[in-house]
Amino acid sequence: MNRRLILLLPLLLFAGLLIFMAGNLGKPQEAVVRSHMVGKPVADFALEGVAGAPGLAASDLASGKPVLVNIFASWCLPCAVEAPQLQALKDKGATLHGIAVRDTPEKVAAFLARHGNPFQRIGNDDGGRMLIAFGASGVPETYVVDGEGIIRHQHLGEIRPEHVPELLAELEKAR
Amino acid sequence: MIPEIGHFALWLAAAAALLQAVAPTVGLWRNDAGLQRLAVPAAVAQGLFTALAFAALTWAFVVSDFSVKLVAANSHSMKPDMYRFTGVWANHEGSLLLWVLVMALAGLAIAFTPATLGSRFRDRVLSVQGLVALGFFAFLLLASNPFERLSPAPTEGQGLNPLLQDPGLAFHPPLLYAGYVGLSVAFAFAVGGMLENRVGPAWARATRPWVLGAWALLTLGIALGSYWAYYELGWGGWWFWDPVENAALMPWLAATALLHSLVVVMKRDALRAWTLLLAVAAFSLSMMGTFIVRSGLLTSVHAFAVDPARGLFLVVLMALYIGGALTIYALAAGRVAEGRQFHLVSRESVLVANNLLISAILGVVFLGTLYPMALEAATGTQISVGPPYFNRTTLPLLLAMTALMAVGPFLGWKRSGTGHLAARLLPAGAAAAVFVLVAAWPFGVRGVGWLLGFGAAAWLGAASLSMLLRKGVTLAIAGMALAHLGVAISILGATASGALQREALVALRVGDAVELGPWRAELLDVRPVAGPNWTAIEAQLEVKREGHRGAVLKPQSRMFVAPAQETTESGRAGWRTGELYAVLGKPDGSGRWQVHLWVKPMVRLIWWGGLLMAFGGLLALGGKLRAFAPHKWRRQLARPAQGAA
Amino acid sequence: MAVARPRKQQRLVLALVALAVLAAAGVIAMFALEDTAAYFRAPADIEANPPAPGETFRLGGLVKPGSVGRSDDGLTLLFTVTDMKAETSASYRGLVPDLFREGQGVIATGRLDASGHFEAEQLLAKHDENYMPPEVAKALEGTGHPMDKTAAKGG
Repeated sequence: MNRRLILLLPLLLFAGLLIFMAGNLGKPQEAVVRSHMVGKPVADFALEGVAGAPGLAASDLASGKPVLVNIFASWCLPCAVEAPQLQALKDKGATLHGIAVRDTPEKVAAFLARHGNPFQRIGNDDGGRMLIAFGASGVPETYVVDGEGIIRHQHLGEIRPEHVPELLAELEKAR
Repeated sequence: MIPEIGHFALWLAAAAALLQAVAPTVGLWRNDAGLQRLAVPAAVAQGLFTALAFAALTWAFVVSDFSVKLVAANSHSMKPDMYRFTGVWANHEGSLLLWVLVMALAGLAIAFTPATLGSRFRDRVLSVQGLVALGFFAFLLLASNPFERLSPAPTEGQGLNPLLQDPGLAFHPPLLYAGYVGLSVAFAFAVGGMLENRVGPAWARATRPWVLGAWALLTLGIALGSYWAYYELGWGGWWFWDPVENAALMPWLAATALLHSLVVVMKRDALRAWTLLLAVAAFSLSMMGTFIVRSGLLTSVHAFAVDPARGLFLVVLMALYIGGALTIYALAAGRVAEGRQFHLVSRESVLVANNLLISAILGVVFLGTLYPMALEAATGTQISVGPPYFNRTTLPLLLAMTALMAVGPFLGWKRSGTGHLAARLLPAGAAAAVFVLVAAWPFGVRGVGWLLGFGAAAWLGAASLSMLLRKGVTLAIAGMALAHLGVAISILGATASGALQREALVALRVGDAVELGPWRAELLDVRPVAGPNWTAIEAQLEVKREGHRGAVLKPQSRMFVAPAQETTESGRAGWRTGELYAVLGKPDGSGRWQVHLWVKPMVRLIWWGGLLMAFGGLLALGGKLRAFAPHKWRRQLARPAQGAA
Repeated sequence: MAVARPRKQQRLVLALVALAVLAAAGVIAMFALEDTAAYFRAPADIEANPPAPGETFRLGGLVKPGSVGRSDDGLTLLFTVTDMKAETSASYRGLVPDLFREGQGVIATGRLDASGHFEAEQLLAKHDENYMPPEVAKALEGTGHPMDKTAAKGG
């Protein structure tokens, strides 16, 4: 046996391992998942209102004009971060509906009192069933739903200022 | 303001690390003593600035400064004080900052412990240490800045994962990190030893205290992590062969092997190349453990950061460090002539055999942890490798190792007779026979595996005890014997709690009772209780045994406020060295509550054994440090004379 | 007897023993892997290619809303796992994880009985709001739905 070769062996094994790991890294492995519901109608649902806002039902989404549906919760930090952007979207003429997931009415009311309420209707989804109806993997997520109630676009995570024109364009596209 | 100071201090610390890496290297290369001597002050600066940065982040957490993104994302003003503090490292960025802090402190320690191999070697080691630290500073500053601000600042934080709000897990990462970083010192010693061509008994004597300390801390960290998983996850088990657990176990295995092969280098100047490889492997596995946990490459119950960009950064770092070290190894280890020969029946050959068995265990754990990833990358098939695989492969190896562990310390170096062995191992053999018989007959244990477990524990335990009772026991021998005794006690705990466990899964109404062997459990009450940041449903379960006082177990189902999440708190009570363990499930809608109840005899011995192992390691370390002391005084006396010259 | 072996020969013996031990460990490990590795399957995989009853595997998907129930003894949980393409009925005897909820991701380890019903031995539920087990995500992707993962890093 060649001694030099043996001493080289660990390096070669490690190189192989490294190539494998680097290869694995190249693959997308995001934990967030794009909704499989984009392009499909929202399943029928009817949620009660919360914080003085009227409730939200599937029929409200098929109202003839595109709307934004924002899935949020009072316990979610990015939801607070995106509040000014939601307000900006509303000021630019977008219609927003909210779905509060796994929350209590008091906390939702307190959250909206502190961060502002840009929503026309808010559905209270204490079981979190709407996450699956929209194909969401977490909160916050924002969906563009067209006039026939079909989901056209999904925005994952918080809306940052640079996303506002993007969402307005998606709304325009869904018209 | 204070976060900015921390951020700035971190940059300064990184600059100090750069200086510490470059100056001595250039100094040693160009024989410039002035540059070379910068290593120590650079290490001091790195230590101080890193400590300052860590203090700044701690301050942000303690006063709940939610304008710092990390604090807002991981803390909450309602969190108990202690978890606001430990929250510093219960997240990716903070834990990395803790990593560099421990690394910088280790640099300080190298700078101030007597340089038994000369100042040239110390500066070389410091430069390697600085180079490794530099990479992690870059990772922190460029890819995971802990001081990033959030604007506008939220009024409240998102909270800390309730599973992590626990004393066990709060102190688990610092212990593990201190252990990993101790191994980074061994890594630096190995690289320095190869570059300076100093590998030999003196080098082994200088390296071993670091490995001992690191090993003891890793042992404590793993034992604590196992205890946490036992009482917090509520699954009744204490080791799940989860990738995250394996990631901590693999460096520990390598460190254990290194600890033993260093003795061979120290005493007999043999196994040099193998020992160098182990030193490189131990730290490499630590970095890979971090990589596995942080990159989210594996699906795991407790991986808590998923970010491929960071994973890429870590891959590059590992490629540089491990690849670099192995390249030096391939080039320089050939120069390291193998030492003297030894006979097949000798202390050395038993240590070699144990090294081999530990490496085999390491290999199968490595294979089981990485094979699913490799298979998915190659064929797209997803599999999971679980406890059945790991138990089937590691336990026979562990058993063989235990058998040898009892024999080794009784053998002489170089070449040993075997005549005295029979007499010295007689107590161990007798103890093993008694344990197996007692387990098999009064306790009715069946199954060869369980009986072998009892036998192995008694065999190693008795041999280690008789080692302690021999004349002329030094601190080093006592430490070794205690650590081996700890292994025996852990094996006993694991075997007994598995073989003699009783378990019941029942649905009980308040007032109902269930029989579990000689035990009787009655559900007294189920009621709501409240804690600082949670509310819970708590059951009161009275467990009694004929003729003994009963204990009331209080398992809870907790609802945390921030973030809104439920956790299960097991209800436990000690019974001798065993435990009664209950978990409360959900109500079934008709007034019954699900209750999972276990009686686990001797289960606490598992962690007591771990503590004893770590204590043994520290005792042996104490022996080393005592040996240092007179040396240091001699040096201090000699120093003024040198200065005059 | 007492003659020390020549160095070369001693090293050869050592190397051979080492090789034999490592090779044995490797062979045992490969066999153990073959025997014990649990494959991951989504309901659609089971429909297309049913595994033999008794084979241990991991079933992954989402807990179908409205499907969760309990048997009469109060201990067995009944639920349906869906990947939006096919469904598998499943049961689990034991305490339900804290994070097990309708509409959430779940991974169950267990086996099919003769009638195609899945008996789980272990349940892992989704870990937090913004985390879906990658295997579940992949299973959903594999069902041919127009769902693409966010590709932050090429791919």
